Amino acid sequence: MSFVKLSASALAIAAVSATAAAARDQVQVAGSSTVLPYASIVAEAFGENFDFPTPVVESGGSSAGLKRFCEGVGENTIDVANASRKIKDKEIAVCAENGVTDIIEVRIGYDGIVFASDIDGNTYEFTPADWFLALSDKIVVDGALVDNPNKTWADVNASFPATDIQAFIPGTKHGTREVFEEKVILAGCEETGAFEAFKAANGDDKKAAEKACIALRTDGVSVDIDGDYTETLARIESNKNGIGVFGLAFYENNTDKLQVATMSGVVPSTESIATGEYPVSRPLYFYVKKAHIGVIPGLKEYAEFFIADEIAGPDGPLAEYGLVADPELAKTQEAVAEEKVLGGNS
Amino acid sequence: MTDLSANSAPATRHGASLLKQNARTRRRNRAEARFRAYGIAAIAVGLAMLLVLVFNIVSKGVGAYSQTFVTLEVELSESKLDKKGNRDIEEIKKVSTFGYAPLINNAFAAAVKEGGLETRLKPKDQAGILSKSAPAQLRDYVIANPDKIGETVSFRFLANSRVDGYLKGRVTRDSIANDKSISAEQLDFVDQLAAAGILKKTFNPDFVLGSDASDQRPESAGIGVSMVGSLFMMLVVLALSLPIGVAASIYLEEFAPKNWITDIIEVNISNLAAVPSIVFGILGLAVFINYMHLPMSAPLVGGLVLTLMTLPTIIISTRASLKAVPPSIRDAALGVGASKMQAVFHHVLPLAAPGILTGTIIGLAQALGETAPLLLIGMVGFIASNPPDSLAAGLLSPNSAMPAQIYEWAKRADPAFYERAWGGIIILLVFLVTMNTLAVILRRRFERRW
Repeated sequence: MSFVKLSASALAIAAVSATAAAARDQVQVAGSSTVLPYASIVAEAFGENFDFPTPVVESGGSSAGLKRFCEGVGENTIDVANASRKIKDKEIAVCAENGVTDIIEVRIGYDGIVFASDIDGNTYEFTPADWFLALSDKIVVDGALVDNPNKTWADVNASFPATDIQAFIPGTKHGTREVFEEKVILAGCEETGAFEAFKAANGDDKKAAEKACIALRTDGVSVDIDGDYTETLARIESNKNGIGVFGLAFYENNTDKLQVATMSGVVPSTESIATGEYPVSRPLYFYVKKAHIGVIPGLKEYAEFFIADEIAGPDGPLAEYGLVADPELAKTQEAVAEEKVLGGNS
Repeated sequence: MTDLSANSAPATRHGASLLKQNARTRRRNRAEARFRAYGIAAIAVGLAMLLVLVFNIVSKGVGAYSQTFVTLEVELSESKLDKKGNRDIEEIKKVSTFGYAPLINNAFAAAVKEGGLETRLKPKDQAGILSKSAPAQLRDYVIANPDKIGETVSFRFLANSRVDGYLKGRVTRDSIANDKSISAEQLDFVDQLAAAGILKKTFNPDFVLGSDASDQRPESAGIGVSMVGSLFMMLVVLALSLPIGVAASIYLEEFAPKNWITDIIEVNISNLAAVPSIVFGILGLAVFINYMHLPMSAPLVGGLVLTLMTLPTIIISTRASLKAVPPSIRDAALGVGASKMQAVFHHVLPLAAPGILTGTIIGLAQALGETAPLLLIGMVGFIASNPPDSLAAGLLSPNSAMPAQIYEWAKRADPAFYERAWGGIIILLVFLVTMNTLAVILRRRFERRW
């Protein structure tokens, strides 16, 4: 530490003791960028309808949000983590290590993941198998596992145009990536029979086979996007052959620039996702620190308001923005009212 | 060149005259002309880029300053807002924004009837052209003026971002073919309303004064509150970095012995100036929030982090301007019996002040445009607070900063936010240009050269 830094910190300490650290009175939220729009809509309505200040909602990805969530208990840690996937056992363990033991899990609804290309580009009708053949590291050719030789979409499926494969998929810090791997790549892996080949190659180890399935090629054909969907959109606008992975809500706001591909013959929409016809969807969650309820004013009210019928119900503003309402919302409302924690008897 | 002194008429000896250039001189002159051309070309390229940039920013951002408004007469019916009729503010507050939507639908139905407009849209779809902020605007008004319940009041509502985009030419009937949030019939209705004078595009002061809004209502988002956040951060930066920076540089320059310790300090200050700003963000998170328990997302923390970032800049420029004061001034002061401190404070510092101010302003301008360190201390995100009502609230309640707000808007799904991001850049640039101009003027007016 140089003299400068030392004196800066000394003055900072003086400044703090002078202002007497005031207690935080707004709810602090961070996490998934997919949940961010919904959370900000709720936060805004919460600030308007309650006497509590408007909660602060940050993004940064599900994993980043849960990591901050698990840093500990206290005013300098966040109260709510948004996630586009379920919390992992590993993360629960990290949480517990840092004293975050009572976590309330709240499922707010479902979100569809869509595949879209430029509005002036080609139209696609995908199946999970197409994506596996296009992006997997290794595929089965003539009964043997080889490095993925496919260069154009026509190589993957003869009915597709012969344009180069160029896919923009969410980076690994996004919860969307896991859903993409599980619901599309893994499904395609099983569909094409490659799963059996991987299993045989890994000595009948199912876990290892799954891992081999979702290993994507690294030769530049698939590009990880660590930023937000706007970045994916910009990539597609500059590369008309590119295909991007988006959230349904993002697509619905940009229908003038994007055209959506069908998956297994189903057009993605809130309706087809609600009925389960459209295969690539996932539940969205947020996690609340029970220890902060009663300490941070408005935290419980925020959680309850988020899943109230008038907000998260099928006619609420969240559904209007693109969220697929959870048919079991009443159960979630009950669980939040009772403050049921993870690992309890829920 | 030695020829000049050796021979009085070198030109004649080489068979050339002053009037006629030989090949070598011509080559040298051509080289110089070429070099000048390169220089002019370089400046032209720079200027062209600046022009393209400014043109781009202004053309994309100017739209954010005007917004489409719909003026409607809304009947604040007692049966909806205050069923018991006792004007109890607590009971009126219980009616959430959702309870106000029917009032707006009725207002549209009345406006259509009165204006003799023909549309097949249901009142709910007619109201669909309004911003989602309209019910909140009504509710705020009713809570502030409960005595107006039962009367009919004229309101100016924002139209939603699609309608606004239609009037600005961003949205067309073709582009909404697959859009679920607006239909071609609604655009027809918008045309009718515009013809009837109910719907108008005018200047929108709320963009400059208002606060951020959620993803569903880009039309009501404004940069005002984050501007206040930036202002408070700059106050913290100025209050901390100017005294610390000046004190440190005076000591180092005038009093400190020259030994290896001061050498190390000097090298480290130069190193600090080159440290990427994100590093200061991590430091701020670790020290100010996790260790000192300062509130998250607070401009105070932002200001402290930016102070760390600005300090080296200020110290370096202050030392440079102290060095520029000639030693004769110090010697003269010491010679007439002034103490060392008197010499510094009465003579050296006043002469160095213009340089110090310039360095400080440039340091502040740099800090004003910084986003990266704010990412880590929670100042980037959806932060829709009201303008702070006191100094303490301004420093401690959550707020964003201008560049963070612009970054946040640029990421959002609705294209209307993109326009606002550009609009925000215009304001940020105006601030930066003003600060830099101030620095130039100060230097021009007060700097002394020896």
